[in-house]
Amino acid sequence: MARTNAKKKPSKKKARGKKVKAATLRVDADKLWFMYRKMSEIRLFEERVWDVYTRGLMPGLAHLYIGEEAVAVGTCTALRDDDYITSTHRGHGHCLAKGGKLDRMMAEIMGKEAGYCRGKGGSMHIADMSVGILGANGIVGGGFGICTGAGLSAKLRGTDQVGVCFFGDGASNQGIMLETINMAAVWNLPVIYVCENNQYGEHTPYQDVTGVEDIADRAKGMGLEGVIADGTDVLEMYDAVSAAVAKARKGDGPTLIEAKTYRHHGHHVGDAQTYRTRDEVSWWADNKDPIRLLGKYMIANKVAKQAELDTLYEQVDEEVLAAIEFGKDAPFPPPEQAFEDIYA
Amino acid sequence: MPDREMLFREAISLATAEEMRRDDTIFVMGEDVGASGGIFKCCEGLFDEFGSERVIDTPIAEAGYIGLGVGAAMTGMRPLAELMFGDFSLLTMDQIVNQAAKIRYMSGGQCKVPLTIRLSMGAGRSSAAQHSQSLHALFAHIPGLKVALPSTPRDAKGLLKTALRDDNPVLFFEDKMMYNDSGAVPEEDDFLIPFGEAEIKRPGDDLTIVATSSMVIAALEAAEQLAAQGLEAEVIDPRTLVPLDKETLLASVRKTGYALVVDEGVERYGASAELAAILNAEAFDYLDAPVLRIGAADVPIPFSPPLELRTIPNVEQIVETVLSQRR
Ligand SMILES: Cc1ncc(C[n+]2csc(CCOP(=O)(O)OP(=O)(O)O)c2C)c(N)n1
Ligand SMILES: [Mg+2]
Repeated sequence: MARTNAKKKPSKKKARGKKVKAATLRVDADKLWFMYRKMSEIRLFEERVWDVYTRGLMPGLAHLYIGEEAVAVGTCTALRDDDYITSTHRGHGHCLAKGGKLDRMMAEIMGKEAGYCRGKGGSMHIADMSVGILGANGIVGGGFGICTGAGLSAKLRGTDQVGVCFFGDGASNQGIMLETINMAAVWNLPVIYVCENNQYGEHTPYQDVTGVEDIADRAKGMGLEGVIADGTDVLEMYDAVSAAVAKARKGDGPTLIEAKTYRHHGHHVGDAQTYRTRDEVSWWADNKDPIRLLGKYMIANKVAKQAELDTLYEQVDEEVLAAIEFGKDAPFPPPEQAFEDIYA
Repeated sequence: MPDREMLFREAISLATAEEMRRDDTIFVMGEDVGASGGIFKCCEGLFDEFGSERVIDTPIAEAGYIGLGVGAAMTGMRPLAELMFGDFSLLTMDQIVNQAAKIRYMSGGQCKVPLTIRLSMGAGRSSAAQHSQSLHALFAHIPGLKVALPSTPRDAKGLLKTALRDDNPVLFFEDKMMYNDSGAVPEEDDFLIPFGEAEIKRPGDDLTIVATSSMVIAALEAAEQLAAQGLEAEVIDPRTLVPLDKETLLASVRKTGYALVVDEGVERYGASAELAAILNAEAFDYLDAPVLRIGAADVPIPFSPPLELRTIPNVEQIVETVLSQRR
């Protein structure tokens, strides 16, 4: 089980390397394969986005999710299609994990009419309401209100839907976090706040601008349970979120889960990364790559052979390449569409 | 001292450094303004020269640190706060509008709030609806605030130095498309441009174009095209919306009889509306046609390049509008 903040602060090492005890939920082989595939989709999508971006096929900025795949996939695998998420500027992973399709996502970030938002949103604003993706967000902390409101709505409508609000360590210093989580706590709203602590907000280490080592510690002061999970371990994420979802569906209120993770690339494509060392980046890439960790687990438990994992990975890469072709071939929206979609 | 050629963003950091040397109550705060020098590099060199006490990396907490700016300004400091995207000012509206703009007045003049907020504006980078807005009109609407919009590196330096010496809250808008524009900038320490002094960027007798920020550049280009058709446009940059140098604008319009206002804020209820209303009312007897205006299209700014381009005022639109005014 993931640890609750009732216990003492962990040392940094513990947070990084801690091995979870066996998952309390049994994760069957199909689910393991599903999670491996989803994480591979995200990894390969992002690697190709890097390529697409540097080739000038993608306008705007690209914030890559590489290294954090287990957070989105562990979380969204614990959700139903009719549950909600709010995403962030680093949102491709969340959207793919919640059911976004490679081709329409690629078309959107290329600014094409076939994209999820008809080219109006781009990378930072992908939304697919049909699978509960209430939108990525260009405003750091922009999801707190929306997701908590979706939780209130589920409660008022009498459904057992839940909402997951993804936010960064940086976003955890926005005032709206306190305002909204307090309401969720007071009203027992079915919301799970998943903090992706990837150690940096843009160029600033989170410790330099954050009064606590573990953001989950703040939960206590806001009146809800706080949990720390290894965000590079997809099974630990899945367990932690599954428990929080079960609690929320029963009407027992919100949970704050802090996922300790790391982004392998810069803040966005083109970031010179002068604020961290190469050694630090390689340590995470070598020791805490979530896809490799799950692969090892699957092999050790005889769920998969390396060759089978490789085959799947290659198959997903083909799909990503097809998505790029789809995006490239799709037409730009005609300029007059700028005037559509403003009012309902 | 001869002028030195430099980028817009270099003029910003130069003005800041000069004023920080001169006045040790000035300090800088914002997200990644320290060792990184700011996301648009407008604070480059400041951290090395002035250290972490005077160049402060804040958490991502815009409402919070702008609030701190108000309190620090009321109690003897002169903060310069950076909001990397002007869109984020919307998270700080209570601090700026209810607090900074009003505390002096509400207290019967007991305090002053020498707080400068630098913030970017402008579309054109496919940054979509939350990173592209030009929101200066919102602040120009609020009594108690001053609003500056430099259009050249030279103006950026001169106006920012004035802002940092002003005893009132100043919103200092920088079009992010101009950060890497280059221009001649006076190196003198005492080069300041007073607020409320418009500049004629191009003289002309046939019509007046009042333009702000990067729209000055578009207007100057349009003026060249119009000159080829025999029309000499006078292009005027008010440089500060509050205070506003009405006299320079009115004098030009009285001379030319035609006026067009170009501003990148959304046209509806925008800065262009205010400027056009002033010219229509106060130069009415001299006008040969109603004053026209061009702003951004009345839509949130879309991501996709062909959509985005459709929403930003451009040179062809200016030329066409000028010609249509005379038909
Ligand atoms: C309100 C607001 N302030 C600042 C920014 C600029 N910005 C974009 S991402 C980012 C860092 C966010 O850090 P974090 O929440 O930790 O997310 P991460 O990028 O690490 O995934 C900043 C400062 C923004 N988009 N919105
Ligand atoms: Mg972060």
